[in-house]
Amino acid sequence: MKNYARIISCYAADTAGVCSALYEMGGMIVVHDASGCNSTYSTHDEPRWYDKRSMIYISGLTEIDSVMGNDQRLVDDVCTAAAELDPKFIAICGSPMPMMTGTDFDAIAREIQDRSGIKTLALHTDGMHSYTAGASEAFRAAAETFVSQCPKTKGIGVNIVGATPLDFSVNGSAESIENWLTECGFGISSRIGMGGTLEEIKNADSARVNLVVSHCGIAAAEYMLSRFGIPYVCGVPIGKKFSARLAESLWTAAQEGLTLFPCADRKTDSEGLQIIGESVFSGSLAAAIMLEKGKSSRVICPLDHDERAAAEGDLTVSAEKGIRSALTENEIDGVIADPLYKPICPKESRFFSLPSEAFSGRCFRKSIPDLINRNLKENLKEKDI
Amino acid sequence: MLKDLYGENPAAVKIRDAAYPEPFRSGLEYNPPARGVWNIVHTGMLIPQSHQIFACAQGCLRGVILTAAEMNAADRMSWIALEERDMFEGTLETDIIDGAAEIIRELPKKPRAILIFLSCMHLFAGCDFETILTGLRELFPDIDFTDCYMAPTMRKTISPDAKMRMQLYSLLKPLPADPRSVSIIGCDRPTDENSELVKIIRGAGLRLRDITLCETYDEYLSMAESAVNITYLPNAKPAGDSLERRLGTKHLYLPVSFDYEEIRRNYSLLCKTLGISIPDLSEDERAAEDALIAARELIGDTAVAVDFTAVSRPFGFAELLCRHGFRVRYIFADSVNPEDKGAFDSLKKDFPDIEIRSAVNAKMLCAPELAPEEKILAVGQKAAYYCATDYFVNIVSGGGFYGFAGICALAGLMEDAYLHPKARREIIRLKGLGCESCL
Repeated sequence: MKNYARIISCYAADTAGVCSALYEMGGMIVVHDASGCNSTYSTHDEPRWYDKRSMIYISGLTEIDSVMGNDQRLVDDVCTAAAELDPKFIAICGSPMPMMTGTDFDAIAREIQDRSGIKTLALHTDGMHSYTAGASEAFRAAAETFVSQCPKTKGIGVNIVGATPLDFSVNGSAESIENWLTECGFGISSRIGMGGTLEEIKNADSARVNLVVSHCGIAAAEYMLSRFGIPYVCGVPIGKKFSARLAESLWTAAQEGLTLFPCADRKTDSEGLQIIGESVFSGSLAAAIMLEKGKSSRVICPLDHDERAAAEGDLTVSAEKGIRSALTENEIDGVIADPLYKPICPKESRFFSLPSEAFSGRCFRKSIPDLINRNLKENLKEKDI
Repeated sequence: MLKDLYGENPAAVKIRDAAYPEPFRSGLEYNPPARGVWNIVHTGMLIPQSHQIFACAQGCLRGVILTAAEMNAADRMSWIALEERDMFEGTLETDIIDGAAEIIRELPKKPRAILIFLSCMHLFAGCDFETILTGLRELFPDIDFTDCYMAPTMRKTISPDAKMRMQLYSLLKPLPADPRSVSIIGCDRPTDENSELVKIIRGAGLRLRDITLCETYDEYLSMAESAVNITYLPNAKPAGDSLERRLGTKHLYLPVSFDYEEIRRNYSLLCKTLGISIPDLSEDERAAEDALIAARELIGDTAVAVDFTAVSRPFGFAELLCRHGFRVRYIFADSVNPEDKGAFDSLKKDFPDIEIRSAVNAKMLCAPELAPEEKILAVGQKAAYYCATDYFVNIVSGGGFYGFAGICALAGLMEDAYLHPKARREIIRLKGLGCESCL
């Protein structure tokens, strides 16, 4: 099905995912693009832009450079800027035009690294995929590049992997996850994502278990599982009861070395509540609703996802028409989704607004709730989920 | 942390040392969080009863869709995602025709006009825009279609903004000329009613048309009746030229100027073209002079910063201020428009210590932290952001001000900005100054 839309929004692109994932790590991130990637990202995808500055730039690609295949200007400009700005690392990634001209980012990264003496990552975006693809690659690259073997800390240390404002906004959710972990008796070894510094990421191997809070974190967690033997648990501590279950999963995973997906441990119902959104967050919300209300729901994921994070019966569909069909094929209990999905929801069904920066940008930022370890009834707008 | 904005690839240069037309080397580009300047979506929305369909990669779609959503116009925006496989399957044109047709069939009400936007990728792939438009016109003969472009890669040939302002009038069809009708073309906001320009036109009993004043598509179409089209912003000039070529409408380019002689010349040309006598403008000129003197008295020796998004001739405006005793410290601009070269040269000679600052250089990331501690009065959002000042004139694209009255208005706005600090962050974050915003 051709991906077109009459009225709904589209998700942030892979380039935004790269920038969002690496934002707080002290690197310099360069999107090889003519103009729009950085203004779109900094306006709609990045709520930290004004308060917490980060070296994120575009290359200012021109028509003539594209036609002539002139990569030298990119190399020169990155090296010049890096010499003056002294980033901890460099990451380069591409937009649609470089994809079309076949730009070799791996080679360019090697050349930049050789010239600048600064570790340089090549990330393979083209502006044609969603943020989950870019952020996944960026988190994994950061883990591969910077995490090194180190002794375990006392107790059970946890890395929080994969949090970006695209999924968690800047409403305190990321901090709430840390507080919840601490209250549960875990230590926080590192945050590979929001709030994390490169220094703590380097010591991520001191953790005994990874908490993967979005699809964007799975690839990095898989790497750390294979390289360092750190197991992971996939889920977001939404609601009181699911948070308790997630904590149990973390203990189990740490002690038994198991990788667990409690966000997928639930029944689905194509006539129940339909939750549209990112797979790990939405799956966790569905699990939380099931535990608190005894109601099954179904996740409709318009983004990349890992089958293990989905429950049987969840749906993957990205085009507007497909989502609209999924919502109308049965009489449903209601929809939980970003408000920009509302125009394609059945008029007669209930709509529970749950804005996502990844979909509606800053449009509804003020009303994005922090659901972490909180009673759902009090924190989602409707009381009768 | 940087200590200053100079170094190997400086972001700041004294005007005495600045090269024309580009004072700075190109390099990596930073994007400051000042969003007031209109983009192609805002501009396209000026056509009443129209709808926009963008065919682009996801990364490009995101910005335009959310522009529409933020201005509460999501129902006037649709999109077709360009995917990797589309580039290799030879179906670029049919994908767009089919996708657009599906979208149009799903619209609750048929728009009068649809703007189809293609991207750099389509142009590089040799996509045949005419085939797309012909196909859609055959399917929907009661809707007007036109070609629009989101092609920033080609920005060195023609800026996306200038191209958009040109395409904005591409739906006008030839109509018998009405000698009593004049249009102002290419503006994103109405021209100040107090300006001599508007007063002269209205005073002569002529009908003034402007897309910013149109409420219906028919009103928009009737702009083709105008006997004379006036443009005054540099980015609007191609629109006027294009209409002259296509419809034969006389085009008068009367550029916004801060030079009294040029302002008088513009009015002289306007009146000659309209066949009316030139009014006595000495009172208007004196009023501008008095306003500047009064503003200078209030603002005194306070440092002033001017940016290119506020006025189309930042160097000309800075020269006007300098000649009236203001202490212009910074001009934010990455290039010098040829129209502004005279002022650039004059400032270079007579006020060589003015600093030109880039608005995009990578080091400008640190500019707010490196802003001087003294009070700065900024003219424009980017200047306000980079100088970290709440004392700023909040306008874009000249604010609709023109002529001697425009100088009076700007002087008044500077006084107001000097006296009343603004909530900088909250104001400059809003996209498309003057548009609705859901934020």
